[in-house]
Amino acid sequence: MNTVMVINRRRFLKTAALFGGGLILGVALPGGKADSQPAGEKTSFVPNAFLRIGSDDSVTIIINKSEMGQGVYTSLPMLVAEELEADWSTIRIEPAPVHPAYNHAEWGGMQGTGGSTSVKSEWTRLRTAGAAARIMLIRAAADTWKVKPESCRAEQGHVLHPPTRRRISYGALAEKAAKLSPPTTIPLKPDNQLKLLGTSVKRLDTPAKVNGSAVFGIDAGGKDILIALVAHPPVFGGKVKSLSADTARNTQGVKDVVVLDSGVAVVADSFWAAERGRDALEIVWDEGPMAAFETATQRKEYAALAQTPGAVARHEGDAEKALKQAARSIHAEYEVPYLAHATMEPLNCVVELRDDRCDIWVGTQFQTADRDAAARVSGLKPEQVSVHTMFLGCGFGRRANPASDFVVEAVKIAKAVKKPIRMIWTREDDTKAGYYRPMWYDRISAGIDTSGKPVAWRHTIVGQSIMEGTPFAASIRNGVDETSVEGAHDIPYAIPHVHVDLHSPKTGVPVLWWRSVGHSHTAFVVESFLDELAHAAGQDPYAYRLALLKSHPRHRAVLKRAAEQAGWGRPLPKNHFHGIAVHASFGSYVAQVAEVSVKPDGTVRVHKVFCAVDCGKTVNPDTIAAQMEGAIVFGLSATLHGAITFKQGRVEQSNFHDYPVLRMAEMPEVTVSIIKSTEAPGGIGEPGVPPVAPAVCNAVFAATGKRIRRLPIRTEELKRT
Amino acid sequence: MASLHVNGIVYPVDVPDDAPLLWVIREKLGLTGTKYGCGIAQCGSCTVHIDGKPERSCQITVREVQGKRITTIEGIPDTHPVKKAWIEDDVPQCGYCHPGQIMSAVALLKEKPSPTDADIDAAMSGNLCRCGTYQRIRRAIHRAAQAKTGGKR
Repeated sequence: MNTVMVINRRRFLKTAALFGGGLILGVALPGGKADSQPAGEKTSFVPNAFLRIGSDDSVTIIINKSEMGQGVYTSLPMLVAEELEADWSTIRIEPAPVHPAYNHAEWGGMQGTGGSTSVKSEWTRLRTAGAAARIMLIRAAADTWKVKPESCRAEQGHVLHPPTRRRISYGALAEKAAKLSPPTTIPLKPDNQLKLLGTSVKRLDTPAKVNGSAVFGIDAGGKDILIALVAHPPVFGGKVKSLSADTARNTQGVKDVVVLDSGVAVVADSFWAAERGRDALEIVWDEGPMAAFETATQRKEYAALAQTPGAVARHEGDAEKALKQAARSIHAEYEVPYLAHATMEPLNCVVELRDDRCDIWVGTQFQTADRDAAARVSGLKPEQVSVHTMFLGCGFGRRANPASDFVVEAVKIAKAVKKPIRMIWTREDDTKAGYYRPMWYDRISAGIDTSGKPVAWRHTIVGQSIMEGTPFAASIRNGVDETSVEGAHDIPYAIPHVHVDLHSPKTGVPVLWWRSVGHSHTAFVVESFLDELAHAAGQDPYAYRLALLKSHPRHRAVLKRAAEQAGWGRPLPKNHFHGIAVHASFGSYVAQVAEVSVKPDGTVRVHKVFCAVDCGKTVNPDTIAAQMEGAIVFGLSATLHGAITFKQGRVEQSNFHDYPVLRMAEMPEVTVSIIKSTEAPGGIGEPGVPPVAPAVCNAVFAATGKRIRRLPIRTEELKRT
Repeated sequence: MASLHVNGIVYPVDVPDDAPLLWVIREKLGLTGTKYGCGIAQCGSCTVHIDGKPERSCQITVREVQGKRITTIEGIPDTHPVKKAWIEDDVPQCGYCHPGQIMSAVALLKEKPSPTDADIDAAMSGNLCRCGTYQRIRRAIHRAAQAKTGGKR
């Protein structure tokens, strides 16, 4: 039976042990007892930072990525197990501590999970980790039997010597293998010998997630730990002007009130006491420069900015001239709102701070940044801070904050109260206190020739930069933050004259990557506008796309597959209409056909979504299907429901009643088809999101003749009665 | 002192009468399978059974459940057809909402052994899943129903 380490019984490898010492240190949990090596596991072979083989035949794979639903606690062990020739039923996994050995293979000096990079960035490293161990185990067996290593092979957690029919388990070889030096050349299996990769292996974390034993950040720290809630300023950038905390302090169960830069924390012996204490705070806020901030004003400012030239993201040919000379030109303006990540598990962080060390239990995507931030706040050295990565109740980018906002806040509280604390953001805090997907305004024009073919494309984008002000700001080139224009400056369609430019206004609203980042808005704009062009040209939107994608076989293949699956062009049930969209992001290609009907009152019902994906070589097809299904739901929530808006500086939404997300009764039937591919692996967590909004809105146009240029869809715009 | 009858065990709890059941279960009994998601009965993550009926534990006080039988996710046996179906279909992604989803599904099947899609929509629309596992939840409920009724629909 596979096991996922239950995290309140976690262990950490001492750094030195990562490379062969085999020493395991226990750590103490707040309110818990010192942990120790689980009974039965004797570690004796630690060939690298990602793998331990016990003399009891246990195979423990250390995972440097955060499990937030995307399945890395299964897909990454598959990479190791494939080359190791492990017995899959013996695989157990353990979240990695923060250590340079676990840094992101592509991002350089930090450990983190994001950008749909987990499988593609670990594809070679983890397979190599498994292969190296297999080679050493075979050598250990060959030495034992006094035979040539070439005459042995590995299978199902054993080394075999076929000529003499001998067989020995990895566990029995572990001690001997540990004494060998690692191999210098480590060949990986050719594709045609892969057995595990490309098969739908059951997720290792499902049993714990079904019986309630999976430990999320909010579950860490044990019973009776102090609970901290924070009253944040009602306006971003606000500060406490005056505070009367007597009533709060006198509330039963309240232990302390702490003033922070980011608000006022109430620390109590229970959540409800902390909540009552927080309600009893009398705070006068200095609301700061954003006190009058309004979405309505901001929309006008963005619209005005979009009429002026911005920083150039792409310039090919002469789009201005070509637009003027075109047989016909088409113009449109699109906009999308700020969006909250609304992770199912609200933000939280457990901290135990002592004189010489700090332990943090948190669902995070940015371990190194969080550790370093905790060190800065606590005055400790980074190596005195341990980040214990818990299961994440969704991430979507919110738990990958370069500013480590919620970790910093929690460590500050722990520092003030000098006791272990569990800081919890309520759903209202989570909705109102940022960070958000930026609001975007797009002005777009195209010229088509007499045959309807586009000859010019001019696209101006307005929206906040995510990278600005972060340690990643150096990636901004010539005023262009790639995450603002991705999916817009690299449109695949064959258009000779293209100009894309960008305005990155500063507003004071904290923004962050949100599942699919820039693509979440550029695909909506590009794929909706392309539909407008097809309509202007009097052509079928599917055929129109195919004709413009002659040099993009992977786009074409997913388009064709989605169209085939949907029966594009064939009759649909009465009042049902199709819309189509295709978009490449994070190294993968996704096309979707949405089948939609619009009621006379303007309500949009999405009945079916047919999704085709080419993500290169696959690891776990069922996980790919699950990520597409989930991405479609995520995209539909934004298409039909989501908006964060401001009035008098205040976020107008607070919880799921006014920031709704898709519910069961709205769920379309989703069909996912995966293109067989020998290309390098692409991402899978995000690429399913971008095509959803345009596919649905294009279907709404087919149904009603009304072009949706602003999300979320407003039923009043579609009302026919 | 109040007491809570949870999963067949009686726990004395030294908390105010109006303390929300959700937080007492989590913080005082240490049963963390029941999750906090919204605090206003909008998301269903905190669903437990009270005398067999699904309820949002964030909205119920300790006083209201005196003398009643409470079941949490930890009290549903691993052999229950709903849990087995959830594993068979690999339903969870992040997993956070699934204790609540399973509690709602178990209650639905008790009420309607062979639910239609419309029954599932009605019974499950109070349980949000931000990862978007609804299609698999539906499939797993049908699977569990078939297992419970011996394949008869």
